Amino acid sequence: MAGTAVRRRLSWQRAEVLELRHETPRASRLTLRPPDWTGHRAGQHVDVRLTAPDGYTAQRSYSLASPPEREAVDLVVERLDDGEVSPYLTEELRPGDLLELRGPIGGYFVWPAAPDGPVQLIAGGSGVVPFLAMLGHHRASRSSVPVRLLYSARTVDDIIGRAELGEPGSDATDAEVTVTLTRGAPDGWTGPTGRVDSALLAERTFAPDRRPQVLVCGPTTFVETVARGLIDLGHDPGRVKTERFGASGGP
Amino acid sequence: MSFISRGFTGRRRKEEAPAGRLPPGQYDVGDGFPVLSAGPTPHTSLDRWDFSLRGEVDEGRRWSWEEFRALPREPVSVDIHCVTSWSKFDTRWEGVSVDTLLTEVETAAAYVLAFSDGGYTTNLPLADVSDGQAWVVDTYDGEPLDPEHGGPARLLVPHLYFWKSAKWIRGLTLTTADEPGFWENFGYHNYGDPWREQRYAGD
Repeated sequence: MAGTAVRRRLSWQRAEVLELRHETPRASRLTLRPPDWTGHRAGQHVDVRLTAPDGYTAQRSYSLASPPEREAVDLVVERLDDGEVSPYLTEELRPGDLLELRGPIGGYFVWPAAPDGPVQLIAGGSGVVPFLAMLGHHRASRSSVPVRLLYSARTVDDIIGRAELGEPGSDATDAEVTVTLTRGAPDGWTGPTGRVDSALLAERTFAPDRRPQVLVCGPTTFVETVARGLIDLGHDPGRVKTERFGASGGP
Repeated sequence: MSFISRGFTGRRRKEEAPAGRLPPGQYDVGDGFPVLSAGPTPHTSLDRWDFSLRGEVDEGRRWSWEEFRALPREPVSVDIHCVTSWSKFDTRWEGVSVDTLLTEVETAAAYVLAFSDGGYTTNLPLADVSDGQAWVVDTYDGEPLDPEHGGPARLLVPHLYFWKSAKWIRGLTLTTADEPGFWENFGYHNYGDPWREQRYAGD
């Protein structure tokens, strides 16, 4: 678990909101133009800060959904009903508004700089967001590293990143993408249904003997279950990275 | 700060938090207790668990689980503050003060590097884990500490951001020079004082 020192002061900057789109009924994609952006690594996040007229501030972390090869910066924000920040970002914010942020942050949960094996991505819900950046980067950099994504979503309507992932069976990405639906599938759905369990992990992810680098992102219970399942299948715990979303500053 | 986010009023007001207990940029997570970690949760059996002091010490110390459990214990009720911006008030723990572990240890060290199952490390000045400021806790809310929250035992240093409170702790390496730990190597602040909002390097 060695890191590379990152020693650059992070300053707050005001990014113009270029576009807001509904990604799903509950999630919005914010396209931003930060004035001072020297690029990022796929998987990194930014801190967003909101300031009220009386000086009260609230800040939260959001993963970058866009690959480093693109000039604009995308965030995908899921609206949490009891949230303080996400309802503002998904309902109040308008194109032309300024949004304070700083970043990019984090150098651990990122696309490996020199992959020494295939890369396995496993996402639950909005945990897919950093992987959209990774898949975009994989494609834009014409990487030959084998990559698979196993993505657990509630329903077809809840799938985040259709633009990057394409409809099932399309070749929008050169990754092998498996989406499993946990709350009902439409007629004609050919993918798996139900939660990610050991059977689905064994069937749809790189086997331990391929020595994949595994990245798991999602709500805590999802991450905990999947990480445990991977270890039980024989994956090296040192090759499994986790990032947990949800109550940790998402609202 | 002259900047205002158009249309933002904020919902959880500082007044709702106990006066003077919510550091800048934090919000009160209430009953929630988010889990954050960088890898799979280790599950170390207690018969293989030990806690050791090593590095710049007159001689190393090691406690088995039984020996650790036999040390003098203290209840601790503190507020905790995560760098991801949540704070939690009046959390109740129980464990062994680091002062107790350092009793009669002769050292020229000025720093410690906490090390954990799973490979996690974090660095702290020795002064910040002394004088009743830090504990190795194995109990939360009267129950054995859940593995997701760092059980069997974690470091508790509530006056610094919570990544300094290393989960699954197995010991402290005392050092004369400060060596950055895991998150400190990834751009997080070397010291991490929530009251000075030292989240990232340079803050």
